[in-house]
Amino acid sequence: MAAILEIRDLRKVYDGGFEALKGVTLDIEEGEILALLGPNGAGKTTLISTLCGITEPTSGTATVAGYDIKTQYREARKLIGLVPQEINLEPFSYVETNLHFSRGIFGKPRDNAKVEDVLRKLALWEKRANRVRELSGGMKRRVLIGKALAHEPRVLFLDEPTAGVDVGLRKEMWDVVAELKEQGVTIILTTHYIEEAEAMADRVAVIRGGEILMVEKTADLMRRLGCKELTVELREPLAEIPAPLSDYDLELAADGLSLTYRYDTQADRTGIAGLMRAFSEAGIILRDLHTSQSSLEEIFVGLVEGEGEAQ
Amino acid sequence: MNLRAVQAIYMNEMQRFFRTILQSFVSPVISTSLYFVVFGAAIGSRIETVEGVSYGAFIVPGLIMLSVIMQSISNASFGIYFPKFTGTVFELLSAPINFLEIVIGFVGAAATKALFIGMVILGTASVFIDLTILHPVAMVLFLVLTCLAFALLGFIIGIWAKNFEQLQLVPLLVVTPLVFLGGSFYSTDMLPPVWQTITHFNPVFYLISGFRWAFFGVADVAVGWSLLAVAVFFTICLGLVARIFQTGWRIRD
Ligand SMILES: Nc1ncnc2c1ncn2[C@@H]1O[C@H](COP(=O)(O)OP(=O)(O)O)[C@@H](O)[C@H]1O
Ligand SMILES: [Mg+2]
Repeated sequence: MAAILEIRDLRKVYDGGFEALKGVTLDIEEGEILALLGPNGAGKTTLISTLCGITEPTSGTATVAGYDIKTQYREARKLIGLVPQEINLEPFSYVETNLHFSRGIFGKPRDNAKVEDVLRKLALWEKRANRVRELSGGMKRRVLIGKALAHEPRVLFLDEPTAGVDVGLRKEMWDVVAELKEQGVTIILTTHYIEEAEAMADRVAVIRGGEILMVEKTADLMRRLGCKELTVELREPLAEIPAPLSDYDLELAADGLSLTYRYDTQADRTGIAGLMRAFSEAGIILRDLHTSQSSLEEIFVGLVEGEGEAQ
Repeated sequence: MNLRAVQAIYMNEMQRFFRTILQSFVSPVISTSLYFVVFGAAIGSRIETVEGVSYGAFIVPGLIMLSVIMQSISNASFGIYFPKFTGTVFELLSAPINFLEIVIGFVGAAATKALFIGMVILGTASVFIDLTILHPVAMVLFLVLTCLAFALLGFIIGIWAKNFEQLQLVPLLVVTPLVFLGGSFYSTDMLPPVWQTITHFNPVFYLISGFRWAFFGVADVAVGWSLLAVAVFFTICLGLVARIFQTGWRIRD
C-alpha cells in the first residue's frame, strides 16, 4: 500500500527553547489505523498539531497524498480532519450548525444530506438541534469527530480519543473508529494505553521524548511484548549449541559461556522445565541463571511510569 | 480564495447577531433617545446653534461615530477572542484558509453589525430632528471606512488580549477618551487654543470632522485631511494584522 502521509525529519523547538520533536520520520499507509503510543509529554499532540497546521514546524517536511503541508497547505489540509485532545467547542453553538460551519471553512459546499449522514453515524442526529453545552462529555467528543468528518477527509487525527472517557464510551469510540476504517479513512490516533493501541491499531509507533522509538505491526509488537529472556551461565564454554538443545530457541554468547532463551510469559508452557531436563541430558553444568524482560518491556514499564507526569 | 470559508465565518459571526437582533436594535434606539433628551434638549436649549447648525443636529454625526467605533471594536475583538478562549480557534488554524480570509470574515461581520447600528441611530435621530444630509455618498463612505478600520483595530486587540480584562482595556482607556475628545459633541472652535492643537493629534477628530462635513458641509478641517486620516489609519491596522499573521503572534506556537 502507498503512504498517504510522509513525515521527514520533523523537528519542533518551542519558543522557550524546548525541543518537543527531535526529528520524526514516519510513513503512514492509506487505509490503516496507526496508534501513536507514548506517555504524557512525549510529543504526540505536538506532532499532530504540526501536521495539521496549528503549530509551525522548526524544520523538516511532511506531505499528505503528495501535498506539502506548508507550501501546498490548502490541498493538504482539505484531506485532513482533526479531533483535538481537549473538548474545544463553543458551548452555546448548535450541534448541526457546528458541522455546517466546519464543512464551510474547509471549502465544501453546504450539503444537508452529508451532514445528516455524519450525525446519524455518530448517533447525534437526535441531538442536532441541541446546544453543545447540553450534551454529555461523550457526545461532545462525538461532535468534535463529526466536525472533523464533515468535510470528508481522507486522513483523520484523533488525539487521545478516549482520555477521560468511561469504559462504556471507550468501547463505543473503538466501534466508531473501526467503522471509519471500513469506509477507507486513514486514522492516526494517540494514546497512552497499550490496550487501546492493541484493540484498534494496525500498527503502533512508540514515541517518547520527541522521538519515534519503533514502528511495528500491532500483532508483532504484542508478541514481542510478552517475552522474557532467560540467561544461563555455564561452567565450561561451548563451541556450539549441542544437539539435545537444538529444539529450543537459544542464542549462544560469543564467549560460549552463556545461553539466552526467549519465552512467552503468557503461554501455557514456557518450556523452561523441558529446557532444564535437556541441559542435564546434554551433561551441561550450569553456574547461574537469571531472567530479564526484553528491552521492549522496559520501554513499556517506562511508559506506565511516565503516566501522570505533567503534559 | 476560499470564498466558502469567508462566507462560513461571516455567517457564523452574523448568526450571533441575528439571535439577539432585538437587543441589537433596541439598545441603540434607547441610548440615542437619551442622548437627545440630555444633550439636545437640556444643553441644546442654551447653545442654540454651532457653526450655523442647530445643536441637536450638530451632535448626530458625533453620536453615530461614537457608537459605530465602539461597536466595531467590541464586535471584532470579541469575535476573534472568543474562539481563542473556547479553544475552537484550532479549527481555523487547521482549515485550508489563509489569514486574509479569516480577517475578511471576522472584520466584515463586525463592520456590518456596526454599520447596522449606525443606521439605527441615524434613523432614531431623524425622528427627533430635521436632518438633511448634504453629501450622502461621502457620508456612507466615511461610515463604512470607519467601521472597517476600527473592526480591524478590534481584531488586533482580540488577538493581543490574553483575558477579558485586556479585551476591555484598550477601548476603555484609549478609544473612549479619543472619541469624546475628538469633538463628538462640540466644535473645536469652542476649545482654548492649547486644546485645539492637542486635538489635531487625535485621529478620531479627523473622522468626526469629515463625517460632519458630509452631513452639513461644515468641518473643523478640510475634508481631504479627514479622508487621508481614515485611509492612513486603515492602512496601519491592515499592516499590523498582516504582520500578526506572518509571525503567528499569539495564535500559532
Ligand atoms: N506551547 C508550548 N510551549 C512550550 N512547550 C510546550 C508547548 N506545548 C507542549 N510543550 C511541551 O512539549 C512536550 C510535548 O507535549 P505534547 O506534544 O503535548 O505531549 P503529549 O501530547 O504526548 O502529551 C511537553 O514537554 C510539553 O511540556
Ligand atoms: Mg497530548
